[in-house]
Amino acid sequence: MNALLLTVFTPLAGMLLLGTLRSARVAGWLNLALCALSLAGALWLAADVLAHGAVAGDSFRVDALSVYLVVLTAFVGLTTAIFSRPYMRYVHEEKRVSRGGLRLYHSMYQGFLFTMLLALTTDNLGILWVAVEGATLATVLLVSLYRTPAAIEAAWKYFILCGVGIAQALFGTVALYFAAQHALPDAAANGLSWSALYAVAPRLEPRVMSVAFVFLLVGYGTKVGLVPLHSWLPDAHSEGPTPMSAVLSGLLLNVALYAVVRMKMLTDAALAHSATPALAGHLLMGFGLVSFLVAAISLQRRRDIKRLFSYSSIEHMGLMTFGFGVGGPLATFAALLHMLVHALTKSAIFITVGHATHISRSQRIERIRGLIRTQPAVGWGLLIGVAAIAGFPPFGIFTSEFLLLSATMQAWPWLTIPLMVGLVVAFAGLFRAVQPMVFGAAPPGQYPVRANMLPVILQLALVLLLGIALPGLLAHWLDQATQLISGRHLL
Amino acid sequence: MNPAALPLLDQTVLVLAAMALFTAFALLAQTRLTAAIHTFAWQGALVAAVAALTGRATGDAHLYVSALITLTLKVALIPWMLHRLVRRLSLERQADPLQHPALTLLAGAGIVVFSDWVAAPVAHFDTSATRNVIAISLAIVLLGMLMMVVRRQAVAQVLGFMAMENGLFLAAVASTHGMPLVVELGVAFDVLVAMVLFGVFFLQIKNSIDSLDIDRLSQLAEPVEDDARGDAP
Repeated sequence: MNALLLTVFTPLAGMLLLGTLRSARVAGWLNLALCALSLAGALWLAADVLAHGAVAGDSFRVDALSVYLVVLTAFVGLTTAIFSRPYMRYVHEEKRVSRGGLRLYHSMYQGFLFTMLLALTTDNLGILWVAVEGATLATVLLVSLYRTPAAIEAAWKYFILCGVGIAQALFGTVALYFAAQHALPDAAANGLSWSALYAVAPRLEPRVMSVAFVFLLVGYGTKVGLVPLHSWLPDAHSEGPTPMSAVLSGLLLNVALYAVVRMKMLTDAALAHSATPALAGHLLMGFGLVSFLVAAISLQRRRDIKRLFSYSSIEHMGLMTFGFGVGGPLATFAALLHMLVHALTKSAIFITVGHATHISRSQRIERIRGLIRTQPAVGWGLLIGVAAIAGFPPFGIFTSEFLLLSATMQAWPWLTIPLMVGLVVAFAGLFRAVQPMVFGAAPPGQYPVRANMLPVILQLALVLLLGIALPGLLAHWLDQATQLISGRHLL
Repeated sequence: MNPAALPLLDQTVLVLAAMALFTAFALLAQTRLTAAIHTFAWQGALVAAVAALTGRATGDAHLYVSALITLTLKVALIPWMLHRLVRRLSLERQADPLQHPALTLLAGAGIVVFSDWVAAPVAHFDTSATRNVIAISLAIVLLGMLMMVVRRQAVAQVLGFMAMENGLFLAAVASTHGMPLVVELGVAFDVLVAMVLFGVFFLQIKNSIDSLDIDRLSQLAEPVEDDARGDAP
């Protein structure tokens, strides 16, 4: 329990502390230290959960599924904080962010991490909703941090679309609570507790649950970036500061998908003996596949480098949603692994993109040229990152995509064709854009910048390791989560 | 079910909920901002009254607390903040006419029918007399959404957003006699923070495009993306 408190409430304390701190230099380091503390708590918590099983109590509950996302969230939070400290100072020196803006940034960075960790560790579905909505509130002012008309428009769109979406999720939560009142004797006390609901899930009214699930999927799906509710995502990613793009892609989308998966577990158990037992899975497959294909096509001919990679995020979230929809141990395992490697790779890519835009002083793809000559570390970082995200062996994404394709081949053989086509199309779109950025002739007057590539190297090395040999400990861990979701062990 | 045969308390709840639905339509069609803010405050008052009466009927003390929160937040605080912003941005006289009023109101009527259909399986398991309120609350949520789609004015969009929150609260009261208090407090906190952020945004939008007409925020539309834009990292 102490580990849990340390993990979740360090960022909350940090948010309040950094909101009052005046010195920008100290704030950067403090931000880093708080993230490190939170990660230490997360690792301690993970060791606890691995040794003794789920930690529960007082409307908190951490099991194998949530603890792996908690560690991932704290880890990406730390590496992005390492990147953001010098980067935000550079932005500040460029006079694009005021001192107050910088203070807001650091405070809300911690606030965002707090909402993410709270959403992952809470057992109460109402609190989950409050936390996911809180994540929007924490990040929306950061999207408009640069105060350009485009940034303000992006932030407004993000606010309105996610607000509307998340309202649907609250309606779904109300419907769920309604179903709980008819199945649980003491609903007023723990009618929204996920574990209590899961225990009585077969007695939840199937028709009410299907209505609830549709609303919950639309609501949390908006935050996952599922087509057709995805249009906020590229704008918010491209107009906000780059560290924000890294954490939005790496963390927020995962947490929203986590919420959807939790709801699917309840719905599957409730609908098991009804006329449409696989309703939730089929809905996830449909939304996932459409998002995947639409994003793969939208990847083509992008002009803005951050928009390019945000469409790639939609593509991968679609793939994961599809994987959870297919269900079964293999597909679930693949989707969980994909969540992990995608978050690591995509935040590494966004960090590299931050350095690349710093070098060329533009986000437009045609103005970013010759990175590998100007600064080999950034050029190679981008190239390797894109190779990883496109699913090249021996990186981890190849492994998870391969597992997902095999699972699809077993369950829905015909659907492997659109999956393969989509992967190839996405690969073509990415490489056509990235090849000239990395190898083209560097424009005159382009100089290397001070870049700390440590987070990128660390994350890409982890992705490589996960692709070559999945450590036994981690495999066991993911297998426990798989067992939780699909009911069967894979290994 | 014969409405006249119901206890007086239930009849009152039904009438109040129907009036809340009516205010949702009024919000949709109201072109003047100050009048729309007043309508929104009335809607909040009606929803709070429903919560208080349901609390009286069921004896749930925490529904009184929820009603009080709604009364402070939706009837007093948020309309007051909006009024202040409207005055500060001198928008009192601004009208925001609907593009196709007849079509919009027809769509609204369609939404009510649709909500009744969607809520039918949920309402089917509720034995209380006020189960129709579930359909009404869903209709208010969706009408708020429609309002955010058809209105081009930032303040009107925020009113739509807040009207959706009213609908959600009504849904919680009608179907489950309110969510657990900790959740309701969290939701109220989120709504309050959202309102403060909306205020910040009004000022930012006003500063950047000198208007609160969202249609003029169109930098990110795809054709423009191809032009020279975004030289900043």
